[in-house]
Amino acid sequence: MVEKFDAIVIGAGPSGNAAAYTLAKQGLSVLQLERGEYPGAKNVQGGIMYAAELEKIIPDFREDCPTERHIIEQRIWLLGDDNYIGTNYRSEAFNSEKPNRYTIIRANIDKWFSEKIREAGGLQICETTVTELIRDASGKVIGVRTDREGGEIHADVVIMADGVNALLARRTGFQQELAPQNVALAVKEILFIDPELIQQRFGLKDEEGVVIEIMGKVTKGMVGTAFLYTNKESLTIGIGCLISDFKEGAIPPYKMLEDLKNHPVIKPLIEGAEMKEYAAHMIPEGGYKAVPQLYGDGWMVVGDAAHFNNAAHREGSNLAMASGRMAAETVIELKQAGKPFNAANLAAYKKKLDDSFIMKDLKKYRNLPGIMHENKQFFGAYPDTLTAAAHSWFTVDSVDKKTKEKEIMKSFVKKRSIMGLVGDAIKLVRAVR
Amino acid sequence: MSIVVKIEEKLYQNRYIVDESRPHIQIRNDAVCKSCESQACTVCCPAACYSKNETGSVTLATDGCLECGTCRVVCQDKENIQWDYPRGGYGISYKFG
Ligand SMILES: Cc1cc2nc3c(=O)[nH]c(=O)nc-3n(C[C@H](O)[C@H](O)[C@H](O)COP(=O)(O)OP(=O)(O)OC[C@H]3O[C@@H](n4cnc5c(N)ncnc54)[C@H](O)[C@@H]3O)c2cc1C
Ligand code: SF4
Ligand code: SF4
Repeated sequence: MVEKFDAIVIGAGPSGNAAAYTLAKQGLSVLQLERGEYPGAKNVQGGIMYAAELEKIIPDFREDCPTERHIIEQRIWLLGDDNYIGTNYRSEAFNSEKPNRYTIIRANIDKWFSEKIREAGGLQICETTVTELIRDASGKVIGVRTDREGGEIHADVVIMADGVNALLARRTGFQQELAPQNVALAVKEILFIDPELIQQRFGLKDEEGVVIEIMGKVTKGMVGTAFLYTNKESLTIGIGCLISDFKEGAIPPYKMLEDLKNHPVIKPLIEGAEMKEYAAHMIPEGGYKAVPQLYGDGWMVVGDAAHFNNAAHREGSNLAMASGRMAAETVIELKQAGKPFNAANLAAYKKKLDDSFIMKDLKKYRNLPGIMHENKQFFGAYPDTLTAAAHSWFTVDSVDKKTKEKEIMKSFVKKRSIMGLVGDAIKLVRAVR
Repeated sequence: MSIVVKIEEKLYQNRYIVDESRPHIQIRNDAVCKSCESQACTVCCPAACYSKNETGSVTLATDGCLECGTCRVVCQDKENIQWDYPRGGYGISYKFG
């Protein structure tokens, strides 16, 4: 006898966890399959976690969720060869009762979330890779096959929450292969260090945290960004660029990370810390235009597997959780109405997405990925020119200010014509309007 | 400033559960690698699993694989990589992620 559930969720990342929890909480029979040794074993995040989406799913998550520090300051730095120019925003208001953003260690969060799913009555099985979707003669997805003995399991609906590689959807023909310019590869390390030092170096007390988003010369002219985040007793540092750029370049990702760690501005911040893990993961960055078919007869796709990622704002896990929740709510509604899980009915999931921040934000930034890809000056010439301008401006010598202004303007125009500068400004404004 | 990176030292920190003699990624055809101009997999792989060899082709050792999928994306035009996940429970096991 083949076992049958109301729903099967593939993957135990934030999208799958949000879906499985929401379903289990409503009393549906749900089986969640995860290929890792434990939830989180395969997963990587910077990681900033945004409270709002988790709060919708587990309102009192703050009671026992293993977050690291709540973020009170955000820095955005543009690194030159041996300098940086940047902005910081810090506010006491971020020290509220219910902070909005936290740094996290991803494996801890995934384990915690899974515990909640089990408490709600969901069945989760790890160390099991789903190898295939099972479809009936009409093409409707009716279950999955796994790499375990007798691993055929049926369900009314299958939610694919299997992350950026989305192998199952691709193999079944639901999605095309990822284009190299639509996906970034990021590498990161976790560096353990005395919390006292973290607090001194970043001007923090207790559970307060700082995050630094980094652009500039460290990505060697490639389209990419880097980050440095503060955890309780560790720092995470990472860097990522589009795979199409890595493919053309000659710099391996780990070399780029090592150069970042040795950058004169970064080095003093991580000095003396001990590296405990090195990780790599892809990030779907193609935006709105790269979003695939999201549902069909007997299936839906959520999170990274659905290309839900807002690279401009470094948001991924929140889109994952929101989409997982919406998929689950769609299932619950259809179940209550006694309707079948065919494509026509599951279209309700797409409607929910369209009405939410997920599709609205992706749509707003739909042209940004293309512009970044085709205009490398944002990552090469600009960091140099800007930091040089700042250097000139802040160097007190006998040159009068007017002459300095002229020289700075000249240096911009030398790197890029006036029309080029104006054009870039227009492109950027259009892309984020 | 040229910094030497020892990728083995980075990977050494990681926990792997090795599925002996069952590599989850395989190169399909050696000849295709020989005639591949970029051999981009040798640069892009974050765990340096691919290396150029004496025969002008590429050798793959999946022991340090982080299961990111980059090589699959990179070699899409040549379709010369047979890419799968390891069996459930095997492969990289991040403690922190
Ligand atoms: C370096 C880095 C930094 C990031 N920083 C941030 C950040 O600061 N803030 C933020 O919000 N987002 C961030 N993101 C993005 C965020 O991590 C992702 O958007 C999020 O993890 C997506 O969740 P998911 O559940 O869709 O996919 P995943 O988290 O990838 O989960 C997929 C799960 O499915 C499992 N799986 C896959 N295939 C199978 C199969 N066939 N059978 C069984 N199980 C399977 C995997 O093992 C995995 O557990 C970052 C990403 C990276 C790589
Ligand atoms: S990119 Fe593909 S074809 Fe080229 S060397 Fe690597 S594995 Fe071989
Ligand atoms: S999946 Fe990633 S780590 Fe593994 S061999 Fe391919 S590129 Fe390297």
